[in-house]
Amino acid sequence: MKPAPFRYADPGSLDEALDVLAAEGDGAKVLAGGQSLIPLLSMRLAAPATLVDINRVPGLDGVEATGDGVRVGALVRHAALLHDDAAARVQPLLARATANVAHPAIRNRGTTVGSIAHADPSGEMTSVLALTDGSVTVATPAGRSTVGWRDLFVGPLETSVHGPAVVVDAFFPALAPRSGTAFAEVARRKGDYAVCGAGVVVTLDADRRVEAVRASYISVGLVPEVVDLTEAVHGRPVDAADWAAAGELARTLVDPDGDLHASADYRRLLVGVLTERTLGTAAAEALERTAA
Amino acid sequence: MTTKLFGEPVRRREDARLIVGKGRYLDDIGAHALAAAFVRSPHAHARITGIDVEGALDVEGLVAIYTYEDLTGPMAEPLPVLIPHPQLHAPRTGYPLANGEVNHVGEPVVMVVATDRYLAEDAAERIVVGYEELPVIVGVDAAREARDAVHAEIPDNVAARHHQETGDVEAALAGSARTLSFTQYIERSACMPLEGKGVHARWDPADSSLRVYSSTQASTSVRAAIAAKLELSLEDVEVIAPDVGGGFGVKIMHPWPEELLVPMAAIRLGHEVKWAEDRREHFIGSAHERQQRQEITVGFDDDGRITALDVHAWHDNGAYTPYGIIIPIVTATQLVGPYAIPVYRVVVESVYTNTVIVTPYRGAGRPQGCYAMERTMDRIADVLGLDRAEVRRRNLIRADQFPYDHHLTFQDGRPVIYDSGDYPGLLSKLTDLVGWDAMEARRAEAASRGKLLGAGMAMYVEGTGPGPYEGGHVQVLGSGKVLVATGLTSQGQGHETSFAQIVASELGVPIEDVEVTTGDTRRFPYAVGTFASRAAVMSGNAIALAARGVREKALRIAAEVLEADPADLEIEDGVVGVRGTPGATIPLRTVAVLSNPLRYAFDEAAKQATQFARAGSDDKPPVAVGDAPGLEHRDYYSPIRSTFASGAHAAVVEIDPATWEIDVVSYAVVHDCGNVVNPMIVEGQVHGGVAQGVAGALYERMAYDADGQLQNASFMDFLMPYASEIPDVVIDHQQTPSPLNPLGIKGAGEAGVIPGTAAIASAIEDATGRRIAAMPISPTELYDVMRSVDHERTAASGRRADVTA
Amino acid sequence: MTSVDTERSITVTVNGVPRKATLPVRRLLSDALRHDLGLTGTHVGCEHGVCGACTVLVDGTPVRSCLVFAVQVDGASVTTVEGLARDDHQGGQVLHPVQEAFRECHALQCGFCTPGFLVTIAAGLEARDRSAEITEEEVDEIVGGNLCRCTGYANIKKAVRHAAAAMRPAEADHTGHFGGGDGAW
Ligand SMILES: Cc1cc2nc3c(=O)[nH]c(=O)nc-3n(C[C@H](O)[C@H](O)[C@H](O)COP(=O)(O)OP(=O)(O)OC[C@H]3O[C@@H](n4cnc5c(N)ncnc54)[C@H](O)[C@@H]3O)c2cc1C
Ligand code: FES
Ligand code: FES
Repeated sequence: MKPAPFRYADPGSLDEALDVLAAEGDGAKVLAGGQSLIPLLSMRLAAPATLVDINRVPGLDGVEATGDGVRVGALVRHAALLHDDAAARVQPLLARATANVAHPAIRNRGTTVGSIAHADPSGEMTSVLALTDGSVTVATPAGRSTVGWRDLFVGPLETSVHGPAVVVDAFFPALAPRSGTAFAEVARRKGDYAVCGAGVVVTLDADRRVEAVRASYISVGLVPEVVDLTEAVHGRPVDAADWAAAGELARTLVDPDGDLHASADYRRLLVGVLTERTLGTAAAEALERTAA
Repeated sequence: MTTKLFGEPVRRREDARLIVGKGRYLDDIGAHALAAAFVRSPHAHARITGIDVEGALDVEGLVAIYTYEDLTGPMAEPLPVLIPHPQLHAPRTGYPLANGEVNHVGEPVVMVVATDRYLAEDAAERIVVGYEELPVIVGVDAAREARDAVHAEIPDNVAARHHQETGDVEAALAGSARTLSFTQYIERSACMPLEGKGVHARWDPADSSLRVYSSTQASTSVRAAIAAKLELSLEDVEVIAPDVGGGFGVKIMHPWPEELLVPMAAIRLGHEVKWAEDRREHFIGSAHERQQRQEITVGFDDDGRITALDVHAWHDNGAYTPYGIIIPIVTATQLVGPYAIPVYRVVVESVYTNTVIVTPYRGAGRPQGCYAMERTMDRIADVLGLDRAEVRRRNLIRADQFPYDHHLTFQDGRPVIYDSGDYPGLLSKLTDLVGWDAMEARRAEAASRGKLLGAGMAMYVEGTGPGPYEGGHVQVLGSGKVLVATGLTSQGQGHETSFAQIVASELGVPIEDVEVTTGDTRRFPYAVGTFASRAAVMSGNAIALAARGVREKALRIAAEVLEADPADLEIEDGVVGVRGTPGATIPLRTVAVLSNPLRYAFDEAAKQATQFARAGSDDKPPVAVGDAPGLEHRDYYSPIRSTFASGAHAAVVEIDPATWEIDVVSYAVVHDCGNVVNPMIVEGQVHGGVAQGVAGALYERMAYDADGQLQNASFMDFLMPYASEIPDVVIDHQQTPSPLNPLGIKGAGEAGVIPGTAAIASAIEDATGRRIAAMPISPTELYDVMRSVDHERTAASGRRADVTA
Repeated sequence: MTSVDTERSITVTVNGVPRKATLPVRRLLSDALRHDLGLTGTHVGCEHGVCGACTVLVDGTPVRSCLVFAVQVDGASVTTVEGLARDDHQGGQVLHPVQEAFRECHALQCGFCTPGFLVTIAAGLEARDRSAEITEEEVDEIVGGNLCRCTGYANIKKAVRHAAAAMRPAEADHTGHFGGGDGAW
């Protein structure tokens, strides 16, 4: 299990990184935290001709939390995001989900943006980007563009980012007023990729009735999706909402696959259970934020 | 015997180097060695149509490529059938490199040697092997159906039919008040030591000698195999097991193809060569264990006493049978556990499949046997509406029935005669420890939290310390240092400490002066290996005997010097003294010096032993007839048969009825391995064994698809538990010393793992009221069980429903 | 212009000692430490990030050395198990409290996983508020990402509690080995 030979560059600026990527052509790949890419290289499941290591590019390691949302730079490690209190206040899902990503030593090196660029439907942060209706900023030699999550995720381990391009940050919009979130997952071993995970956002109206309910699931489907569960509980007073009904609805809206660790039916079951459980928690938070 | 250290939780001596990164494991050796890598079969069953190495030839750093065509003499013949047995009627083994056919994914086809492993993998990747795929057999059921054959000449796929019986089972069943028949399965898992296998070989052309390091549990036998296969004289080969990063059985299997090929390459190339197995290779190129289908019929009376037991099992032995039918025999004979079974018949058919070979994994057939017997007990209890502990109690061999003869033949060819034990004692300790009688209250409490709680138990008897023999050598040096050697190896069981404790106790020397070497054929060439919980029993006793020999000689020499009767002497703290006469002493190190009459004084101590320094009788030779110079002794321990350890485990599980996640919330162990050398080490063995038991019950399996591809050949998908998955374990001890060996000890290495699957299956069944007849079980499978309308329910669940209704 | 290389010369401070090496860019840090720098205390159990045996500290933070290329730590400082003990300035070594605890609590059997656990735990215990008694949650978090096949983890967890207790400032003072709060341990 040793990587095949490759060429290596560690540019000191974003422009240089884009230059090298352009010069090296199709065989070039960005190396960020390496926590997904290096295992693939060692197993020789991937053999890019050139790795462009962005770890020395300055200015990509910031977490910027504003009223609008949280902008996470490409070199922000999962661990840094997990412990960023300002980010957690603006968008609580970030820390809640990140806590479920792997184990600490992986989180110390792996990047949140890298996990989005990797587009693994079993990754937590792809779903969170979707659920928060987030986007990424993509830098290419032609300039920067913002790509919304719907346009980003094309298939499992596949994004619309091609050619010489670096995802420089991901933007997670702030949690809306009168809203609460929760995140939960079932994994075979603690720290594993989830067998199934659920992130939810509950939004109340001023009368503390359920206004909107959205959920996004992990390891369910080929690309992250957002499921609107509002109809199951719309207009119900928050303390009388039938979260189980929302769970039931969720089960009918997803189309999971089976694999070694879970049958499709079991995943569907978990979608229902996790939805019900997280909605209760998220609603409580929404209520708090509505009262306050 | 000074018993000061024997039985004490002495801190381990090997730790001093291991905690500072100074251990010496296989891949730490040979910084300048060439590296080997293998092209392995990607197909489960195929004919090789051609091997094209052309593309690899221009890889920079490539040194050599070997295929079957390059093997000569015994290397071109099949690998040995290590343990032949008359009932193994159709043994098959592979070749060091595939000879025209491959029978499992991972079988080595080509060996590449290059200047480093990266380059060796580059070259291996460029070698093109042509295959013509053949039909694939995966799993015992497919093997049994035999629509296709793994080996063309064995159309029924049956390698062996192991059969033992103790009476007329048909008649006994016919005469039984009640009978039950059922079928159950247990899946494949694997030892999965954290360090893979590995071999390093160095050839010295000047004196034509070969030194091989192997991460093995059987260095002496690896040595013999290398000598035979490479046509070398035994004395020109030395094999050393360095620090070994776990074994659990997979490293007792030998010679692995790589153990022969790496030395072969070292000789041909005149350069050190090393192969350090990577994790993927370990998954597909080593060994697995455990898959069986078990069909069981039991006869019993209305009180739940067994009258007859009839077991027919099918054991998946993988593609080849190099390790014979040890696992089937162990399952067959250890199945009966602590119970008196009036009439017993067992047939285990060992069948070929196109999967990795099956050789012992800690427990080696016992977990399967325990699963068969203990689940039978649970079924009897269920049918009769009796407490599961009570049914067991009624069937236990009583403490006054030892030695107890089962009239079976064990894996060492010797009778299964239990030497000592107290099984009712184990059971009552267990029910106390886990709070068996208070389980209904716990169940209710869990229910109030929305959880399903269930408890299960399982008992086992484990034949440990089988022969034929082990040896020990103890030598006291003039410096006072005591060198101890045994040929058997260590993989983390703390032998350096336990054996030092034994010698320190036997000899009366400070443990700091004792230095133990294991698994080095230069130091001790005769040995069998580390398996079947035999290290402490076999080498422990051999070393004790060797130490006693040294002691006797020391007292004899000291008696002359001190002009005393040897019977009046004692050794304490490394000093021989006359009991009750203070001052009349001589240090053991001086005795060691005197034991070796010298002509030349090379240091101060030696002066005392030179010819003009010693007063001696002119009528006697300096070395008496029949005596030998030096204060050393070599001895062997060869038991008439195995000694039988025993234990009982209980597991309590909580199940989330929404997600069907299974959580082991309590785990209790009562353990009897006779006299204990070091309780700290024994407890460590129990902890580790239990973790593997839980792993095997709930997390680990080798998941093959129908094409024989291993679907989870990585730590990502083979779910070896982290700390988060392992419950806290409470342990109670019982000691029934073995009457068979001088130290009264029984083996402890494997025990912890044996009852895990049975106890946890029972607990899940208790919690859910659904029959659990296939293990391991994952939440997704439990969900399938729970939602299936026709899945069998236990009678107990019906009775419980009646009570609550 | 950025250079694109197949081989690089790097300088890394390993256990306080600057080391230079010229390596193929694909060399994993684990292999570079073990085979190029001869520090074989760092072990390799899976080479895909799951087992943690290869864990080392890069600039004080635990990372999997099998998931980092050696060239990526050029200029950084790396601590391996060989660097946990402290020189006693009398030709010997003072073990880190977690090393002591592993021996005392029988937290290792074959010892193959041990280096990864030791550096992970050492970093974890040093990062926490030492004056507080360690909680079970903290213990679980600290040991949770490393695999051990031998011990069943019970004694590893015990060793973490032991070491945490030994590192509490009050305890540390009267053992005299290490002063709490001076950042030494
Ligand atoms: C044992 C283990 C367990 C894990 N468990 C989980 C888990 O439970 N949940 C989870 O989500 N993840 C898990 N991961 C993966 C981890 O989160 C990775 O860190 C993450 O998926 C990828 O981030 P990275 O920075 O390491 O990216 P890399 O590995 O460096 O790159 C991954 C891919 O994304 C591309 N890429 C990365 N950054 C950029 C960028 N800025 N611009 C363009 N392309 C880019 C790369 O070219 C590559 O194709 C686990 C990893 C391991 C080893
Ligand atoms: S070897 Fe790096 S995590 Fe296993
Ligand atoms: S002590 Fe052997 S793997 Fe942990």
